[in-house]
Amino acid sequence: MTKQVKQLDRVIIRFAGDSGDGMQLTGDRFTQESAAFGNDLSTLPNFPAEIRAPQGTLPGVSSFQVHFADHDILTPGDAPDVLVAMNPAALRANLGDLPSAATIIVDTADFTKRNLAKAGYTENPLDDGSLSDYAVHPVDLTGMTIAAVKEFGLSRKDASRAKNMFALGLLSWLYGRPTESTVGFLQKRFAKVPDIRDANITAFRTGWNFGETTETFAVTYEIKPAPMSVGSYRNITGNLALSYGLLAAGVQSGLPIFLGSYPITPASDILHELSKHKSFGVTTFQAEDEIAGVGAAIGASFVGSLGVTTTSGPGLALKSEAIGLAVMTELPLLVIDVQRGGPSTGLPTKTEQADLLQAMFGRNGESPVPIVAPQSPGDCFDAALEAARIAITYRTPVMLLSDGMLANGSEPWRIPEVAELPTIDPAFATHTNQGDGDDAEFWPYLRDEATLARPWAIPGTSGLEHRIGGLEKGDGHGNISYDPANHDFMVRTRQAKVDRIADSLPPTVVDDPSASDGQGAKVLVLGWGSTYGPIGAGCRRVRKAGYHVAQVHLRHLNPFPNDLGEILARYDKVLVPEMNLGQLSMLLRARYLVDAIGHNQVRGLPLKAAELAEVIGELVGAAEGIEVDLSTPVEEAVT
Amino acid sequence: MSTSELPFPGLRSGVEGVPTVSPDAPPQTGKEFTSDQEVRWCPGCGDYAVLKAVQGFLPDLGLRRENIVFVSGIGCSSRFPYYLDTYGMHSIHGRAPSIATGIATARGDLSVWVVTGDGDALSIGGNHLIHALRRNVNMTILLFNNRIYGLTKGQYSPTSEPGKVTKSTPMGSVDHPFNPVSLALGAEASFVARTIDSDRTHLTSVLSAAAAHRGTSFVEIYQNCPIFNDGAFDAIKDRDTKEDALIPLVHGAPIRFGVGGSKGLIRDAATGGVKVVETADVGEDALLVHDAHCDDPTTAFAISRLTDAGYLHQAPIGIFRQVERATYDDQARAQIETARGGDVGDPSARLDALIHGGDTWTIA
Repeated sequence: MTKQVKQLDRVIIRFAGDSGDGMQLTGDRFTQESAAFGNDLSTLPNFPAEIRAPQGTLPGVSSFQVHFADHDILTPGDAPDVLVAMNPAALRANLGDLPSAATIIVDTADFTKRNLAKAGYTENPLDDGSLSDYAVHPVDLTGMTIAAVKEFGLSRKDASRAKNMFALGLLSWLYGRPTESTVGFLQKRFAKVPDIRDANITAFRTGWNFGETTETFAVTYEIKPAPMSVGSYRNITGNLALSYGLLAAGVQSGLPIFLGSYPITPASDILHELSKHKSFGVTTFQAEDEIAGVGAAIGASFVGSLGVTTTSGPGLALKSEAIGLAVMTELPLLVIDVQRGGPSTGLPTKTEQADLLQAMFGRNGESPVPIVAPQSPGDCFDAALEAARIAITYRTPVMLLSDGMLANGSEPWRIPEVAELPTIDPAFATHTNQGDGDDAEFWPYLRDEATLARPWAIPGTSGLEHRIGGLEKGDGHGNISYDPANHDFMVRTRQAKVDRIADSLPPTVVDDPSASDGQGAKVLVLGWGSTYGPIGAGCRRVRKAGYHVAQVHLRHLNPFPNDLGEILARYDKVLVPEMNLGQLSMLLRARYLVDAIGHNQVRGLPLKAAELAEVIGELVGAAEGIEVDLSTPVEEAVT
Repeated sequence: MSTSELPFPGLRSGVEGVPTVSPDAPPQTGKEFTSDQEVRWCPGCGDYAVLKAVQGFLPDLGLRRENIVFVSGIGCSSRFPYYLDTYGMHSIHGRAPSIATGIATARGDLSVWVVTGDGDALSIGGNHLIHALRRNVNMTILLFNNRIYGLTKGQYSPTSEPGKVTKSTPMGSVDHPFNPVSLALGAEASFVARTIDSDRTHLTSVLSAAAAHRGTSFVEIYQNCPIFNDGAFDAIKDRDTKEDALIPLVHGAPIRFGVGGSKGLIRDAATGGVKVVETADVGEDALLVHDAHCDDPTTAFAISRLTDAGYLHQAPIGIFRQVERATYDDQARAQIETARGGDVGDPSARLDALIHGGDTWTIA
């Protein structure tokens, strides 16, 4: 049978099933295939906090969304074009996100009365006409998988577990994905269990062949590779990129990395990854609690390692006092907060960016801590290196605010040349710095004039023995001091040191295509963290419809770049979309007296590009006194 | 009384790997270990005696001063590092063991000491203490037990006797106290000892054995607070009563105390524990011989239970337990060495290979 081939510029697929159905793996394999094919892509895993919620129920649904395209894309996509639903619960949980006419591929095996009831269906939606707005393909994925792998003599349960590979094979055929990498992956993954390995490979191939032979699917789709700049690429998640960034920080500074960490979602993968790289001299310490994790990291920094601690919001709260100690003792320390929904335990597996004010102010006293944030999964690598540069150069704890979306989401990452990475000089103190001859002393708080950083003298260095601690210290000599004027001076000096980091930052990048044509955007959209993708996509939609908007995305939240005030002043309206109730807006308003307009959502999910485009459009209309209509793009909008 | 015997022959010392002073150099003095900071404890505080003993003892180790690190938490005793001319950190309440764990694990060439108190170690920092002991990180923990909160002006502590009347417990405390030695033994500490601030000889001998032990050495030091809990240890310090109050533990020797060794310990068949008897009643040969090196901590624990929970009339002192167990930090460093496989190679090249791993593709 000859199938029709249809060209598409982009597709969003969501794989959904029970937590135990292997949807994350299926999505990840499809992503790897798409990456190898050369599409640009962006992914969004979404899974419950429970490891195995009751089978077949709505709380147990796990999904993986992948957006792939023949052009540069910024987000995992707002709404799936295709939903692969492995059971009734997966259908029900995701149906609301589908636009009409979306394609639904369902595994019919689980559409039994019992499972329909578990998902809250009284009627079978495949029969009752409720899905008539969609292109539904009911396929007995489980039944066909079991039949295909019969020869391997597996139990029915084991055999049916390969159904995700059948589904992957079918989707791979439908979108013309290369299959070698998945076959290679399965061979490696199940090398020790040949039955399972062969069953999975067979299910995968049978799924592909089914697509080719069945009449259920008359059309296949082609999404050409996206043009990308020259270089080597790999698909990477934020947590992996961040781990590599930490390793790079160790190599580029020559310091051993010491990670003190307590397991917490969604940060644990960084602990797992770094634990694999002891050959780089990395020590990973799984502590008894969050406080011990940061405590050990501070201890390691005191003796010449780069201390790192990884956590999420609740853990950051526990570490607050210790971070204050690092502020006071002025030791390098990286505090990595992979943010999740809060407060309290909140939404452990969902994303949010509501820890900004905790990072800024969540300590007693005047306790300034520099803050950096990555804007995409791959950017976590650069953000980690930048955080390390600041921590080591300025002898200070640095917060790195990632989030669940960055941590688990992935994108193609242009692999950097190690030779081109910045080097970081720990500049350990080796000599006394006060007085001469027999009176020569080491003063641990005698500062560098340019950076205000104090000298870092590590144990083992003769003649520089000194004591530091959490009590206020006298300027220079560092001995305990309760002197009022000294305290005032030291508080201001610690703040000045952090403020001075701004002098080391490059000019802020303003993405404002209208600036050159003289018409000038009146609206600036300012964001930070993982909202970069949706904001960028929203701005593109507005521009494609013929309107002007500028975008700035902040890497540094504390201190702000020196040129930010001047940039803000250039625009009539400043929109600040955030996955919180306006935390960056609050900081901007306080610092610059700018009327920052918030667009705030805390749904545990990334912001949507289409919604943002509407919000931006309205603001552009108000600012320029024009009617804004985004529905008739000058060029076709891309997200 | 000889409690200062060093560990079993052939064992790795607690200070192995720490650089020593050149044999040609003039001997170190206590003065060299004394910082220029004015000591600010209350007059008569037991901390002075411990400080003096430590300053006097450190030169005996023969270690390079720059390779010694003292870490403390919060409390009166935690000011200790300021008065020693070594590297030091006065950290935050209860967290010293975790900070010291980072220090000891990151660097095998440092002699690491933690100075803490009963509130710091057993109340706010209880979790870190037990986990340090469990892991057996190579460090020595000196717990100054004055059975009271001094720095916050006199509230009862987790080692105060039940019914303690303080500012926060005007009708008497209703908490049951910890026995620090029992707690350490329960956490499977590999070295557990108790000594007294006022007995410099005993204190020094225990410090010396603790430093020589590889692993977490836990030393409880009874320390008098003359301001908020004066006399807490009078019964074991008073010349007239101390012989009947202190039960000295000496490895390999029968456990005897009282005037002329009139009392001793035997196993109590009824409870499986130990009990105090008149030596004359059972005969010397029936007395329990102290075995600090016994791997099973049961007997050591039973002996620790002879400590009064209330006002202290009776307490064993000396080394309760000293056994060999692999240390966390040695093993953590060994894993790094194993992973490196001897051939370190150029880190940049290895980083390059790592980040280019996985499924990659090239756009030309």
